[in-house]
Amino acid sequence: MIIDATGLHFRDLNDKIRGGGESIRIEHCLGQRYILSGQKGKKVTIAGTPGNALGACLNGCDITVYGNAQDAVGDTMNDGRIVVHGDAGDALGYAMRGGRIFIRGSAGYRTGIHMKEYGDKKPAIVIGGGAGSFLGEYMAGGVILVLGLGLEGCPLGNFTATGMHGGRIYVKKGQAPPHLDGRLTVGDADEADLAVIRPLLDEYAAAFRVKAEPIRKAGFYAIKPDTDNPYKTLYAAN
Amino acid sequence: MAIEYQYPEYEVVRDHDRCIGCRVCERQCANCVHAFIEEKERMTADESKCVNCHRCVALCPTHALKIVKNAHTFRENANWSGQLIREVYRQADTGGVLLSSMGNPQNHPVYFDKILINASQVTNPSNDPLREPVETRVFLGKKSHRIERDGRGAILPKIMPSLQLKVPVLFSAMSYGSISYNAHEALARAAEALGICYNTGEGGLHEDLKKYGKNTIVQVASGRFGVHVDYLLSGAAIEIKMGQGAKPGIGGHLPGSKIFGDVAKTRMIPAGADAISPAPHHDIYSIEDLRQLIYVLKEATAYQKPVIVKIAAVHNIAAIASGIARSGADIIAIDGFRGGTGAAPTRIRDNVGIPIELAVASVDRRLREEGIRNEVSLLAGGSIRSSADIVKAVALGADAVYIATAALLSLGCHLCRSCHAGRCNWGIATQVPELTKRLNPELGHARLINLVNAWEHEIKEMMGGMGINSIEALRGNRLMLRGVGLTQKELDILGIRHAGE
Repeated sequence: MIIDATGLHFRDLNDKIRGGGESIRIEHCLGQRYILSGQKGKKVTIAGTPGNALGACLNGCDITVYGNAQDAVGDTMNDGRIVVHGDAGDALGYAMRGGRIFIRGSAGYRTGIHMKEYGDKKPAIVIGGGAGSFLGEYMAGGVILVLGLGLEGCPLGNFTATGMHGGRIYVKKGQAPPHLDGRLTVGDADEADLAVIRPLLDEYAAAFRVKAEPIRKAGFYAIKPDTDNPYKTLYAAN
Repeated sequence: MAIEYQYPEYEVVRDHDRCIGCRVCERQCANCVHAFIEEKERMTADESKCVNCHRCVALCPTHALKIVKNAHTFRENANWSGQLIREVYRQADTGGVLLSSMGNPQNHPVYFDKILINASQVTNPSNDPLREPVETRVFLGKKSHRIERDGRGAILPKIMPSLQLKVPVLFSAMSYGSISYNAHEALARAAEALGICYNTGEGGLHEDLKKYGKNTIVQVASGRFGVHVDYLLSGAAIEIKMGQGAKPGIGGHLPGSKIFGDVAKTRMIPAGADAISPAPHHDIYSIEDLRQLIYVLKEATAYQKPVIVKIAAVHNIAAIASGIARSGADIIAIDGFRGGTGAAPTRIRDNVGIPIELAVASVDRRLREEGIRNEVSLLAGGSIRSSADIVKAVALGADAVYIATAALLSLGCHLCRSCHAGRCNWGIATQVPELTKRLNPELGHARLINLVNAWEHEIKEMMGGMGINSIEALRGNRLMLRGVGLTQKELDILGIRHAGE
């Protein structure tokens, strides 16, 4: 089913998507927000630029965007997959608990803040370019993989992973990561890490038709928290 | 180096003539205050561990126990209270941020206690609620601006998503994790029986309590614990928690030691890891961003659920509420600075925020001035202690009130303010199985029903006395209130006159 989004209000567009079949193509998308919020069981391709909160609370759709995405993609996402053939805005994957997000280019500030995992739900964000500041703040679980493709310097911004107490952030090797919170450890990705990275990298390569091998050869840094109880010693009972 | 010993705040007084050495006190105290000395065949107590929760006192079969304030004192000093001195010692010992529980216990003015309620005499009749109907039912949510009619003049009902309550009372947010499953079950069952709502707090919704969904408000806080589409669809309304009266401006964290079993499962996080709620929602840095989350939730639930935005009462509350009223929220919950908590830094609990009375009055006035009062309903919380407080809060502009401390008192809480320790002897603020089983949800829910029924009757009597027969007619009806001992500025903010005027 093809939906022409020209001039459609987001509520009307979402109604059409809800009423549409399992496979939908949205054309001429221009800034409509909340597309597929809370939805599941659909395969949707979007041509154009979806507005903020694409796939927020997503519960199991496969979304492909041919264009850039804006802020809050995959906010509080529970399941599904979002592939963006372009860049993404701020607050990507906030508090996501499940599913995978692939951004061909770069992501804005506050990516993957408070990502978490539970049981078999292990969310992943893969960013082809760089990420803005505050990447993975308060991260409690899941995986963020930053490839830095086409970038000269370090693909991470300031305050990366502050307050991180779970999960992993992997960065393709190159320039050393910037100064990180003292509670984090930074080292080379080990075999267990590479076992996590490999399928994500392959999926990225397949989605965007790039070669995985040269990226893999460069190797990866792994950023890990040194405790999952970061505030244990902060308080005095009164 | 300083010697660490601090003299206990309380003394356990045991009447050894009455004590039969049954050791109930010893078994009941999770803080291990009481012990039996075999050779002397006598009970003893280590008061340094006592939090004054009265569990031992209440269960002693011979009434041999009482807990009294210790007369031991520092040299009197109006500036440096004993409490402050002890807190300095505590921080010098540990380097820790002081952590407390429940509401602000400091001696700040309680405006409810300086407001008096009107009654009819001679010139207008009062109503007798035992004989005449007094309507306490309220609908919370957006109200239509105008009445629309069809061609024949019949009114076209345009119902926005709303919450219907039999009495203008809701149990406010307390997460599963901060309180026990049995406490949640008691609240849920009481809410159903009373035709009101309880609030899950940010710890998710236990699957066994889903059946009370029509009487459940599901909360979405910055940690988004347990938040997924089924959860959002389970409740009667969704609350976005932006702030809490006990700790405005900061987040929270449930220590990993309380997160295991069903608590971890309900929050959807691994057992043993801290559950950290960031201070802000990092996807909300503006009213526009708030609107975005509100519409995400509305889209995800097909516009069936009213969305509540809960904020702490702070200095610019009226302007903030005005922004929220324009953001698409259906209900604004304002939490005053005396509101309770399972744990908050002492300094924040005791020094940040403003009283709910002033906050709700100024928000109600601001929204009316701007012509947007009907865009939202207002909930007032943050120490509503009695039916009189409810009547006053409604007359100051609230549509309904949130209660939590009073609800916990009904369940047996003795306000020892030690929830953060996780060893609640009354089975409320704990996850220890031997302690949680002390709270019987059957008895607990009956006590909650008793409390709210009693308050409902008192509300009706006060309203009847004023000659008012519906909450609608009481809301914002400041003529029914007078202040005593308040400055003109305080009266102006409350929008009421002084007694005698």
